Amino acid sequence: MRGNLAKTFELTNTQVLRHSPLPRSYTDYIGRKLFLFLLTMQGLGAFALITLGVILQKNSVAKNVIRPRIRQEIVRSGVALLPMFGFVALALGFLVIGQTVSTLAKVGAVEYLGSTMVIVIVRELGPLLAAMLVLTRVGTANVIELGTSRALGEVEALEALGIDPMHYLIVPRVIGMALGIFSLTVYLIIGALASGYLFAFLQGAPMRLDDYYRQIVDALSWLDFALLALKTIAFGFFIAIVTCYHGLAQPLRLDDVSRVAVRAVSQGVIICVLLDALFIVLYVFS
Amino acid sequence: MSDEAFNSQTIELRDVTAVSLRDATMAVAEAVDWSVSPGEFWVIGGQQRSGKSDLLMLAAGLIPPAQGTCRVFGCNTESLGEAQLAEWLRTGFVFQGGQLFNRLTIAENIALPLRYQKDLTTTESTRAVEVLLEMFELVPFADLTPLNVAANWRSRAALARALILKPELLLLDNPLYGLGARHSQWMLRFLDQLWHGHEYLGGRPITLVVATDDFRPWQHAQRKFALLHEKKFTALGFWTEIKTADQLVVRELMAETEEIQN
Repeated sequence: MRGNLAKTFELTNTQVLRHSPLPRSYTDYIGRKLFLFLLTMQGLGAFALITLGVILQKNSVAKNVIRPRIRQEIVRSGVALLPMFGFVALALGFLVIGQTVSTLAKVGAVEYLGSTMVIVIVRELGPLLAAMLVLTRVGTANVIELGTSRALGEVEALEALGIDPMHYLIVPRVIGMALGIFSLTVYLIIGALASGYLFAFLQGAPMRLDDYYRQIVDALSWLDFALLALKTIAFGFFIAIVTCYHGLAQPLRLDDVSRVAVRAVSQGVIICVLLDALFIVLYVFS
Repeated sequence: MSDEAFNSQTIELRDVTAVSLRDATMAVAEAVDWSVSPGEFWVIGGQQRSGKSDLLMLAAGLIPPAQGTCRVFGCNTESLGEAQLAEWLRTGFVFQGGQLFNRLTIAENIALPLRYQKDLTTTESTRAVEVLLEMFELVPFADLTPLNVAANWRSRAALARALILKPELLLLDNPLYGLGARHSQWMLRFLDQLWHGHEYLGGRPITLVVATDDFRPWQHAQRKFALLHEKKFTALGFWTEIKTADQLVVRELMAETEEIQN
């Protein structure tokens, strides 16, 4: 009930820093930004841990209410975005192949086309692009919806009814977004690889479909599948955490909501890039 | 007061400092000592922004006291958690304006607490919701979202949502706010029925606490009145006692300021 949500925000109150007068020097300014960053990280960390705790603890609580909400979130963060992802997959395949086929053909290295696609699309662009698209399409909606709910007192109304707002509002969004991004990334990758061959074929690249397929299969390892799943689920989890945290945290007035939405998207982008860097390190050392 | 008497009270506030929901550093009531016995009907008056809503939310366990002890049905509200959920659900709360969930329909709003607490499917909760929709004359609005329904009906839906779990204590924040004359009369009559034992609750009387900025509609010989003014909570007594009160703010809440000036 009130405990879970209150705990997170009692830990970190950044309002004092945000609303205090402008610092007098650049070093003070940088110091303030650093403090804000650290406090936000602390708040996000606490929020993430509490969310994980609620997911595990309340796994069997109100299944008939929470599961349909999770399905709704999967539709919102996944199924509803499929047409847009179809278009992006087509464009991504064209983009990568368009740039690489002619270059690889010039140096007689068309046999590397498949592995190039795997490195660029499976490991990097596919997951990151999917995360960015979901962040901008669904993440912003999360902040606005939750911010509005908070401003209109819906969170207190849930608590008054003995419903944990973390369980009812956050858990479905986190699970829905994690599964949504994972599934969309898979579709995006398959679509981009298929459209990649289509454009290579149209450009007259000297390669048959089965060669292209074999190159891709050879370039993929079990680690790609494992890290792809981990990476996309982590992207979904953290995007949901950042957007839900900012939606529920401070804005108690409607006019704060748009400002907080911008902040949440910026932090979402930073966290995704940092996570991506972490996974690159994992690839390098594996 | 002995501990036994302390625990037998429905609400017991001892030396409580209540803070604002919006700003936890701002006290809205200080040194509040107040007890509500089972079956009582309390009307807390105060001017707008005097902190009535925050005090009510504190009594419901939604805001922790900055100081002092708040007990509801003998349970300290600060330690109310998942383990004391059953105790928590003995209290119903109706916000000013309803605070319905805008993305759910009226029927879904009413069903939500029941479905969540009893883990029911929509079908399983249908009958219970239908009973309330009929009782509150909300059937034509059942499938509309709150934004498409007039404020009068939203207030009724909020009351229905609070009653679906059949609470023993009902706290209402300015329940007549924004209501037309017909709906105000309906609400007053319905709350009176709840107080004396409504058939929906099996004839069991309910304890009621209402916050208001106008005492007049709540005139009744057996209701108890209190005032929250400038952070001070004062139990005023029954209607006959407040009628003779000479405090300006009490007279204002009874809309008798002109009489005083004359």
